[in-house]
Amino acid sequence: MITLQNIEKVYRTSSIETLALNNINLNIRKGEFVSIMGPSGCGKSTLLNIMGLLDEPSKGTVELDGERIGQYRDKELARIRNRKIGFIFQSFHLINDLTVLDNVEIPLLYRSANGKPRQSYAKDALEKVGLSNRVKHFPKQLSGGQKQRVAIARAIVGNPEIILADEPTGNLDSGMGNEIMNILQTLNNDGTTIVMVTHDEAMAKRTHRLVRLFDGTQVL
Amino acid sequence: MLTNYIKIAWKVLLRHPFYTFITLFGISLTLTVLMVLTSFLDHLFGTHYPETRRDRSLYIQFLTQTDSSRTFQNKGPMSFKFLTDYAKSLKTAERVTILTFLNSSNAYVGSQKIKLSTKYTDADFWRVMEFEFLEGKPYNEQNIANSDHVAVITDDLERQYFGSETEPVVGKDIEIENIHYRVIGVVRGSPVTRIYSYADVYFPYTAPKSNYQNGGMRGGYVAVVLAKDRSDFPQIQEEFQSKIDRIPLPTVENGFKFSVLEVKSEPYLEGFVGTILDGNKGLKTIFFGIIAFIMLMLMGLPAINLVNVNVSRIMERASEIGIRKAFGAPVKTLLWQFIVENIFITFIGGAIALLFTLIIIHFINTSGWIAYADLTINLTVFAVSILVCLVFGLLSGVVPAFRMSKLNIAEALKS
Ligand SMILES: Nc1ncnc2c1ncn2[C@@H]1O[C@H](COP(=O)(O)OP(=O)(O)O)[C@@H](O)[C@H]1O
Ligand SMILES: [Mg+2]
Repeated sequence: MITLQNIEKVYRTSSIETLALNNINLNIRKGEFVSIMGPSGCGKSTLLNIMGLLDEPSKGTVELDGERIGQYRDKELARIRNRKIGFIFQSFHLINDLTVLDNVEIPLLYRSANGKPRQSYAKDALEKVGLSNRVKHFPKQLSGGQKQRVAIARAIVGNPEIILADEPTGNLDSGMGNEIMNILQTLNNDGTTIVMVTHDEAMAKRTHRLVRLFDGTQVL
Repeated sequence: MLTNYIKIAWKVLLRHPFYTFITLFGISLTLTVLMVLTSFLDHLFGTHYPETRRDRSLYIQFLTQTDSSRTFQNKGPMSFKFLTDYAKSLKTAERVTILTFLNSSNAYVGSQKIKLSTKYTDADFWRVMEFEFLEGKPYNEQNIANSDHVAVITDDLERQYFGSETEPVVGKDIEIENIHYRVIGVVRGSPVTRIYSYADVYFPYTAPKSNYQNGGMRGGYVAVVLAKDRSDFPQIQEEFQSKIDRIPLPTVENGFKFSVLEVKSEPYLEGFVGTILDGNKGLKTIFFGIIAFIMLMLMGLPAINLVNVNVSRIMERASEIGIRKAFGAPVKTLLWQFIVENIFITFIGGAIALLFTLIIIHFINTSGWIAYADLTINLTVFAVSILVCLVFGLLSGVVPAFRMSKLNIAEALKS
């Protein structure tokens, strides 16, 4: 599903150079639920962003569904992000002045779907995360757990094959975190490939496979 | 897709009422100023009642005589005789009228004094200008030949002098400066800003005190030369100039000898600007340059403001852009989104400006600030202003949006 080869990522600022990822080779198979762990600043987010085409590696190749991404232009990258990938972020990243429903609809805006099915797809997705009674609310009116469920609804609304979750439970208490984890597991049972960054060993244990990073290098 | 863009744009505008207000304020203020100003310029220089043929008229307003040492200059309107000899006789013109600028007189209603502007004209005046006669008719060549004491008055004066509006006044007597005239016609008045047509009372030039028989070149008269078509202007000007060139020099006026003689026949705007700047070519360029500069500033400053507002607004929306891109928005779509947003707000601003302008113009027209003011919105000007705003809106939206769309998504999401 996702194949990373010899990935290296260097951040250059005027004064310093950070080697965030060093020679990463990783293969995520279809239907897998993989967790990534490691201390803060070891490059987990960077890795996830490269998998999700939000960032480019300094070296190495990314393959998605057998497609080599390297030479792709913005339009093609956008299409892949839109069709194949759903993101979940630690800090939710909802657009604050859009309603829950409008937030969930975002991925569908960039497909040639019309208004009516778009809304019903979004409502279906919200139902899956148990938030169908909050469609007209704004993110500010929701708890952290509810926000993350909206974010999950947004990630799954377009039926992507892959979900990339960057510390989805990091800002939530353990109860809420468990709920989110349950949803993710259900999605995975239904066939969605999931890669999740987490700090929580218990969460990681519930996944198929664990990848450990240390200082930009894969140690497990 | 476009309706979707507009829907999002509308939401964005509602989401940021403060920015929306600032932006709309800038745009509508600019457009309002621009439209009122151009409407006013159009009122001054455009072709309007009763000078509905101004666009194909040439104006002869001054005669300038200069002595050989160029120390003494004598400048002003001309004598009736001079204009009869050199203007009225123009073969290339369709028609020529000779008239005075304004003279002021007094009339009395009981013991109340009415200040009047009076004008002496020939019969062709009524054929060159297109006055609307509410009552009666203009005086003709016969009235002039008979030296009839007749007058055409405006509806305003009719109201002031005769009071009643319903009763016809043609044939009634009006006394001005102790001379009795018979009212022969009533016209809808001309705005005071149109000095060639404006007056309260019009007399045939053979009426008393017109001084039409004065000799010499200088006097109180000017001429309007009507061309069949604008394209005849050069021909007419050439014919007129050649007549002037044949006047033997030096000329003598009031005992002074003048070796240089200059009279111009010019379109209205040129004549007007020439009067202000005294015919100096360089000054004319500077004058139009300054006008263009002011116009540019009027539009440029709000445009810069617009760019600023847009830049800060887009920076604020960096994370939103990151999110949209993460979920599959192509750069092109985001660019269009911003462009549509800007065009959308520009149109709203334009609509507000149109409303404001209509209100202001209505106010000017009805306030009596300018009698018979008839300001209108020039639709060409409106279209051009909208276009200019669109261009600015585009630039101000595209530049920052382009910067943002180039931004790395991971980076944008961190902000
Ligand atoms: N935009 C950036 N510019 C410079 N350095 C960065 C940037 N993003 C991340 N880094 C650095 O790269 C390393 C890995 O970051 P990150 O992937 O966010 O770590 P993690 O998610 O594991 O906490 C860190 O040292 C971080 O400081
Ligand atoms: Mg991280």
